[in-house]
Amino acid sequence: MDNRPLSKQVPNAQGRFGEFGGRYVSETLIDALDQLEAMYTRLSSDPDFQDQFDKDLAHYVGRPSPLYFAERWTEAVGGAKLWLKREDLNHTGAHKVNNTVGQALLAKYSGKKRIIAETGAGQHGVASATVAARLGLECVVFMGEDDVKRQSLNVYRMKLLGATVVPVTSGSRTLKDAMNEAMRDWVTNVDDTYYIIGTVAGPHPYPMLVRDFQAVIGREARKQSLEQMGQLPDALVACVGGGSNAIGLFHPFIDDEDVAIYGVEAGGDGVETGRHAAPLTSGIPGVLHGNRTYLMEDEDGQIIETHSVSAGLDYPGVGPEHAWLKDIGRANYVAINDDEALAAFRTLTRVEGIMPALESAHALAYAEKLARELGPDKNILVNLSGRGDKDILTVAGIDGIEVL
Amino acid sequence: MQNRIQKTMAALAETNRKALIPYVVAGDPDLKSTLEIMHAMVDSGADIIELGVPFSDPMAEGPTIALGHERALAAKTSLRKILELVAQFRQSNNETPIVLMGYANPVERFGYESFAESASQAGVDGLLTVDLPPEECEQLNSHLQEKGIETVFLVAPTTTEERIKSIAQRASGYIYYVSLKGVTGAANLDSEGVNARLTEIRNITSLPLCVGFGIKDGVTARSVSEKADGVVVGSVLVDAIGKADSTAGAVKAVSDILSEIRAAIA
Repeated sequence: MDNRPLSKQVPNAQGRFGEFGGRYVSETLIDALDQLEAMYTRLSSDPDFQDQFDKDLAHYVGRPSPLYFAERWTEAVGGAKLWLKREDLNHTGAHKVNNTVGQALLAKYSGKKRIIAETGAGQHGVASATVAARLGLECVVFMGEDDVKRQSLNVYRMKLLGATVVPVTSGSRTLKDAMNEAMRDWVTNVDDTYYIIGTVAGPHPYPMLVRDFQAVIGREARKQSLEQMGQLPDALVACVGGGSNAIGLFHPFIDDEDVAIYGVEAGGDGVETGRHAAPLTSGIPGVLHGNRTYLMEDEDGQIIETHSVSAGLDYPGVGPEHAWLKDIGRANYVAINDDEALAAFRTLTRVEGIMPALESAHALAYAEKLARELGPDKNILVNLSGRGDKDILTVAGIDGIEVL
Repeated sequence: MQNRIQKTMAALAETNRKALIPYVVAGDPDLKSTLEIMHAMVDSGADIIELGVPFSDPMAEGPTIALGHERALAAKTSLRKILELVAQFRQSNNETPIVLMGYANPVERFGYESFAESASQAGVDGLLTVDLPPEECEQLNSHLQEKGIETVFLVAPTTTEERIKSIAQRASGYIYYVSLKGVTGAANLDSEGVNARLTEIRNITSLPLCVGFGIKDGVTARSVSEKADGVVVGSVLVDAIGKADSTAGAVKAVSDILSEIRAAIA
């Protein structure tokens, strides 16, 4: 029996979160992962490294991000008090940069001159290109060809930042294929290249180190809750694609048993239609991209295509720590459909003057349901993981309006 | 009891010949063609056949073999159908060893125990699961060993001596030495480096050592076959199959490539 607090139990030395996680990669990648793990283990307890990371978060990212009581939204919903953790106010407009700042420091300490990244919607690609520009590193971003077309604005942003964007034409030409291609590049150029994975998935030590860099969200939120609410929140809500913003918020609260935790997956057209991106809600455990986790796959074990209005949630797997939290019952995972997320996007924009990313809008939509369930005496803390400017064209398209 | 891989390797060693191990993706472009190609490969001098099991996310493959996986999946190839293909091949060939090479998830979905049972019945001799390194393979391996299926592992240029020891303990049949840092089909083969590494590995294990990744013709095959017990040829065959406009064309192209390599490595 492990008597340590839950938050300290994972991952174990093999990178396992319960039965999930691990290191399911070709032998050709093992040495690179061993080196990364050794370096990270050394640096994560090095006060100079932590000090540099904290300074970058404060002065470059603009942390701490505020915890904001959304009074008009709370009134409009009519239930529990709704609080927003404003990750949308970070430099580059989303939580992604917390991780890229941390991993860019790892790249710098390792002496590697080239960084690579995969991206779906382009947010992680932009955050990677941003830190590469700041450190003067070469940056190559792999992006599915279909996503390159859908997210042309972010593609151009990355190019302005000096990155090379490589369209990936294999497989389904989306995020999962971009990740395959980044792994292939890494295994070929491992001597001079650092691979910045954008979420809490992939082989050990990535799910752990991305979580550690993102956990600043939850540490701040916990402190701010005590100061501003005078107590811990009754519930946390965050959207889950790969799951990095969610784990970043959840992790520092895992040992607070009275805080309920809700992860919100992309229900797409509805989980019952099969056209969604909700592996925790309706998938089964399997092995993809170096870790064991819940996956969306067919009866032959082939990974299937996902559907969501938000490109950032359009991924067939999920970080192994979420799979573990689900199985031990510490967190609840639910799904919100495209139309519900779009409605929440419009509501928040109109009543608070805050335009959320469509990813974050999934969390908002569930928080509205939960607020009505819990009633007015409770506090719900929602991670507003990113701002919605990038989604304006998508929303305009749904409205049938030609913007450009 | 010796299985087909051990028998084949022993017979080759006795006559001082090198194993020629072609790799094609099962079901590329369809299973009927693969069956013809398998027989033709044996006729052209193949000693062992590696059959790629297609996966939607073949992370360790270069573009050529990844396309082979896509074609096979487009033809609705599944692991179950591949086992039927092997059983069909066995009706007229009971000697040539067959090693399946693929990724963990399709095998996991099949069920480890049920896979070991069905594969053994079909006449499969070995399995190489690219994304199951020694740390993650215990469960599957115990089922395979119970059914007499060999567990082939990769060793890379970056694999430490300590890891090679741990891999050698779990491996059987042969060790697949990856000749370069990169994915399948890459171009930068360094034969001197490969030969030096093979000598090191030889000091750790007595298992046969076969070299793959980057071998595309008689010249490259000969350059690494001196210190190796066999060579694996993959991308160049999958490329030829992809370019062929008929099964007969694919069969001829594959046979020509293998005949040249067979002659070069003797």
